[in-house]
Parts: sequence; structure tokens; C-alpha cells
Amino acid sequence: MHVVYPAVVAALLFSVGVYGVLARRNAILVLMSVELMLGAVTLNLVAFDIWLRDRLHGGQVLALFVIAIAAAEVGLGLAIALMVFRTRRTIDVDALRALHEDRQDLEERQDREDSEDRGRPR
Amino acid sequence: MIAFAAAAIAVPFAAALTVLLPPGRVRWTGPAVHITAAAASALLTLVVAVALWRDAGVRTGTLAVAPTGTLPIGIGLYVDRLSAVVALMVGCVAAAVQTFAAARPASTTEAGGSHRSFAASVSLFTAAMLLVVYAGDLIVLYAGWEVMGLCAYVLIGRRGGDGDAGGGSRAAAVKAFLMTRAGDAGFMFGIFVLGVGARTFSVRGVLAHHYPHATALAGASLLLAGVVAKSAQFPLHTWLPEAMVAPVPAGALMTAATMVPAGVYAVARLFPVFLQAPGALAALAVVASITMLGAALAALAQDDLTQVLAYSTISQLACMAASLAAGARDAAILYLLAHGAAAALLFLGAGCVRAMAGTIRLPGLGGLRLAMPVTFWSMTAGWAAVAGVPVAAGFFGKDAIVAAVQHAAIGGAPRPAEASGAMPAWAAVLLYVTLLLTVAATAAYATRAWLMTFFGEPRGRAPGREVREAPPLMRWPVAALAVPALVLGFFGLGSAGLRPEPGPTAVLLALVAAGAGAAFVVWNRDPALDPARVLGRRPRTVLERGFSVDAVYGVAVVRPILALARLVATADDRVVAAAVGGAGRGVRRLGGLLRATEGGNPQAYVTGLLAGVAVIAVVVVVFT
Repeated sequence: MHVVYPAVVAALLFSVGVYGVLARRNAILVLMSVELMLGAVTLNLVAFDIWLRDRLHGGQVLALFVIAIAAAEVGLGLAIALMVFRTRRTIDVDALRALHEDRQDLEERQDREDSEDRGRPR
Repeated sequence: MIAFAAAAIAVPFAAALTVLLPPGRVRWTGPAVHITAAAASALLTLVVAVALWRDAGVRTGTLAVAPTGTLPIGIGLYVDRLSAVVALMVGCVAAAVQTFAAARPASTTEAGGSHRSFAASVSLFTAAMLLVVYAGDLIVLYAGWEVMGLCAYVLIGRRGGDGDAGGGSRAAAVKAFLMTRAGDAGFMFGIFVLGVGARTFSVRGVLAHHYPHATALAGASLLLAGVVAKSAQFPLHTWLPEAMVAPVPAGALMTAATMVPAGVYAVARLFPVFLQAPGALAALAVVASITMLGAALAALAQDDLTQVLAYSTISQLACMAASLAAGARDAAILYLLAHGAAAALLFLGAGCVRAMAGTIRLPGLGGLRLAMPVTFWSMTAGWAAVAGVPVAAGFFGKDAIVAAVQHAAIGGAPRPAEASGAMPAWAAVLLYVTLLLTVAATAAYATRAWLMTFFGEPRGRAPGREVREAPPLMRWPVAALAVPALVLGFFGLGSAGLRPEPGPTAVLLALVAAGAGAAFVVWNRDPALDPARVLGRRPRTVLERGFSVDAVYGVAVVRPILALARLVATADDRVVAAAVGGAGRGVRRLGGLLRATEGGNPQAYVTGLLAGVAVIAVVVVVFT
């Protein structure tokens, strides 16, 4: 089998993953998209390992590692998603903006600090 | 021999160090150790003085020579007759002061302070003064000189536990420190000039060296700045009256033995240098003239007994400076010793009066003669010595000074001693006239203070409060100091230069009698009133404020400096702080640009990431 088939499949798979990560709002679906991207990479690893006839089969070994890591990552990610859902009743990634800096707050704080600076040397 | 001198310095210094030991844990940190140290030091100085009396040769000893790269500094002592007698005076006064202070620890203790720190300061003060007196090297002398400045600051800054001198002591301490420091700067450079000129800092070398005229004038004039500040001479005298907020024993020590006499002693020590610089002697004469008359007049109008004593001290020190300017060193030193005994006595006596009568203001005192006989007779001897009444020590000293100045001013038989006539004639005449006026004024204010304290009706006493004699530990030092104040003058008879001569003695006696008589006559008209009333109200106010020299300083020095300080503060605020604050704000604004990208949406981040990867991929493909 020519290497171009698995490569194209992997590219398509990766593109689907990227689309999912960028477009989906549900955190679970985002995680799944990430898994798709990892799968594309794994497929590439195995395909090129065969194509290059690597005597040590480094690609396949690495693929096993990626699968193991992906499993761990999914476990962790799902746990986080679960906790987020429990505390906030939503796992919509657009709605999770607690670390976002509010523009108006920022202006006010800056002005306050400026006036404190000016008052200090007295 | 030199070991005794070194021990005399080391013993009080070691005693001062005991203050560092934890209190209570060690038994021997109390006042007893300081009294013992002061007494031992006095004994050692006595041994040194006796040895010098029997054999007048100069003794020197050097512990170590510190190489500095250019002129080495010899850490050593130099003892001649001059330093021996002055050191003896210092040791005796310090012992008396320590004993007196221990009798009334409360009077030296501010809230939260302790008597042991006071006594340790006094011990350190004594050690520093003895170091100045015995110093064999100008740098060593300067070290002692500066330690004294520090001790004066510490002691003035203490608030007396009783009496009416309350707040403001910290301001007085800062003022004393700043004024003496201002002079010390000149003193230090004077030492450098003399040391570099003679290629050595050792006292022996500097005394033996013959300087070119310009060098001698520069060195002596610079030294004079320090002397004027330390000895509280015009125009740097205003710290001393204010320093009287200090506890009485501290005031006694400062004016009589350690701080103030150090200035005159420094001139006497380096007298050959001054003799080579007539200009400096003329400056000294002018300063002394202004100071002695002005201070004597100011003393005439003061209400506070310690203020009278402070101005009296300034005036007496100026008399010594006058004597030095006229070229009579022995007379100045004799008077220094006499005044040391008398001033310490009077200050400690004033402490007794304050402790027993509850006030130190002359209008509130009177009739203490019968209640406090020991204090009365002792202080009588002290005032007699200050005024120059015959057989008291001050008489012989003052007589020698008058004789020396008279010979310098209007000629006559030249003194066999060291009179060189180096001073210009106009300065000598000015000195002579002011000296005579000062003698009369001194007798007048001494009589006034004496009469108002001890004679007349008891005034302003709290009802039901019986005034008793001071406790023994307080009156013994006072009584003991009366002995040298009375008999010290006879020791001067051995020297030809100090024997009374008929002419000057007659002038002196007439003026003393006139001054004292005038004060007595005015007082006798109505003993209930202050004799100073005849001065008139306006002049009296002027005198009471010490000619408002402080006000002049306020306008000429303090206010410009405060204005400058405000200017600097404004510049700091508007320029430096604004630049710093502006830099901070600018960085924060720049940061705001970067922060705009951090919107909190992970998908936006990932989009950016992918876009970056795509750009890099394109760049790699295009450029490779």
C-alpha cells in the first residue's frame, strides 16, 4: 500500500480534529477533537515506520506511548470537565471566562494606582 | 608613668563598657562601679600630676604606629605639666559629678531610661576628655574630641526626671551637635594643615615645627573654628544655654570639665602654633571680646539659675581665650582650673537647690541661707571664685589675665613667661576694655544670683514644704569642690607670671567691688525684687534673650535651609517621583496592549497557535 493513503487519511483526520477544537463549544467534544488529532499523529507514526522500514520500529513504539498518554490525558480531561460542570453547571468553553480581565475594571484600577503613586511621596 | 596616664583613660572607658552587660545578671554594673572608676581615674591623674610636679620633663609613650600610606598615626600619649594639671581637674570633677548623680538617680533618668546609662555616658565622656588632654597625636586628640561631641549629644538629649526643664531637650541636643559639628569640620582640616605642614601628626613634632606664616595662619584659623564651637564662643555659643535642659550633673560636667574647656585646652596645647599666627590670635581676641562682655551682660538678666551659670561659663571661657590671645597661657590654664572647680561646684549646688527647693528660677528662690548651710557656704566660695573676690582661686586667675591683657594693651613691664606681643595693638586695647567691663558685670551677676538664692525673704515656696539640707552624697561633692575653688590660686604663686602685681590687682579689685557693690545696693533697696530691674524693661528683655542671636540664626540660617529643604522636597516630588511614576505608568500602558490579546477564550488562543504554525510552515517552505 502506498504511503499516500494513510497520509491523506491522517491529514483529513487531523483537519477534522482542528475543526472540532476551533468550532465546538462543548468541552467534551473539544477533548474528542483533540483525540482525533492524536489519532492522526499515531496513524502517521505507524505508516511512516513501515514506509521507512525502521529496524527498531521507533514509530510503532512511539505510537504505543502516544496511545498511553492519550488515555491518561482523556482521563484527566474528563475529570476536569466533570468538576467544571459540577461547580458551574456548564462546560461551554466560551462561558468559562473567569480569568478574563475586565476592560472597565482594569481602567479603574489603573487610575486608582496612579493617584496613589502621586500621593505617596508626601 | 605613661602607664598611669593610659590607665586613667582606660578605667572610665572600661566602666562605660559595663553598660553593655545585661542588667541584674551582673552585680557590678550599678553606679558604684562608675564612682569607683572615676575616683580611680582621679587618683591616677593625681599620680601623674605629682610625678610631673617633681620632674617637669615631658613623657611620651606610643602604643602603636598606624601606617596610613602617607603620614603615620601614632596611637600614643604626651604628658607635660599642662596636660597633667588639666587632667587632674577633669578627674576630680568627674568623680564629684558621678557621686552627685548617684545620690539622686531619679534626676538623671527620663521615662524608660536608667541611671546606669547616664553614668556610663558620663564615664565615656570623662575617658574621652582625658584622651584629648593626654593625646600624643593630633588624630588621637581628634578622636577624643569627637567622642565628646557624641557624649554631649547623648547627655543633653536626656530629659531630667524632675525640675522645670522639661521638653525640648532633643532639639537642644541636636542643636548642640550641629553647632559643634560645624566647628569640628574646621578643626579637622586645621589638624590636617598642621600635620601635613610638619610631616607628622605627633604633638611633639607639631609643637617643635616652625611653620611658614601662611600655613600657621590657615591651620590656627581652622582650629579656631572648632575651638569656638566647642568652648561655646560667639558666634557658635547658643547651644550651651539651651543645653541646660540636660540633667544638672551633665551640665556640670560639660561646662566645668569635659566639653567646654576642651576648646580652650586645645588652643593651650597647640599654643606655639598660634603664636606663629598673629592673625589667628587677633581673631581669637575679637571673638573673646564680644563673647565675654555679651555673655556677662546676658547672665545679668537671666531668671533661671542654670542659664546664669551657662552664660557665666561662656563669659569665663572667653576670659581664658582673651588670656591666650594676649599670650599668657599659664594664666589661662590657672583660670581654667579655677573655673572648672567653681563651675562644677555651682552647677551641683544648683542641683541641690533644685532638688530641695523644687525650683531653679531665681524669682522663686530666696532665704535658703539658713536652710542649706553647706550648700550656701560652698556656693559662696564658687561665686567668689567666679567673680574674682580675693583669696578665691578665680581672683588669682583673673588677676593674671588682667595683668597679661593690660601689658599687651598699654605696655608696661613685659611678662617673663611667654608674652610675645603677637597680637595687633587695636585688638589688645579692645580686649582690655571689654575685659574690664566684663569683670564688673561678672561681679554684678554673681552677686545678684547669690543674693537672690540665699538671702532675703523665702519666696514662692510651696506652703507646708520645709526646705532641708541636701542629702550627704549630694552636699559632700559640692563641699569638696569648694576647697580647690578657694585655695587653688595659691599654687599659682610659685610661677612668676602668675603672681599678682599692684597695678592690675588694684584695677581688678576696684571693678569687682564696683560691680558687686552696685548689685548689692540695688538689691538692698528692696530685697523682694530682682536687682536686674534697674536695667530697664526693654534692655532686660534683649539681654534675657541673649541678644536674640538665635533669632538672627533663625532668619539667616534656619529659614534659608528650611526653604532649600522644601525646594528639594518639591523637586523630588515633581521631578524624580514623577519620572519614576511615569515610567511605571508607561510600562503598564504598554503591557495593556499585550494584555488585549488575552481574552480568556482558549479557542482564540488555539486559533492563534495554528495561525502561527501555518505562518512558520509557509515561511519554511518558501525560504528553504
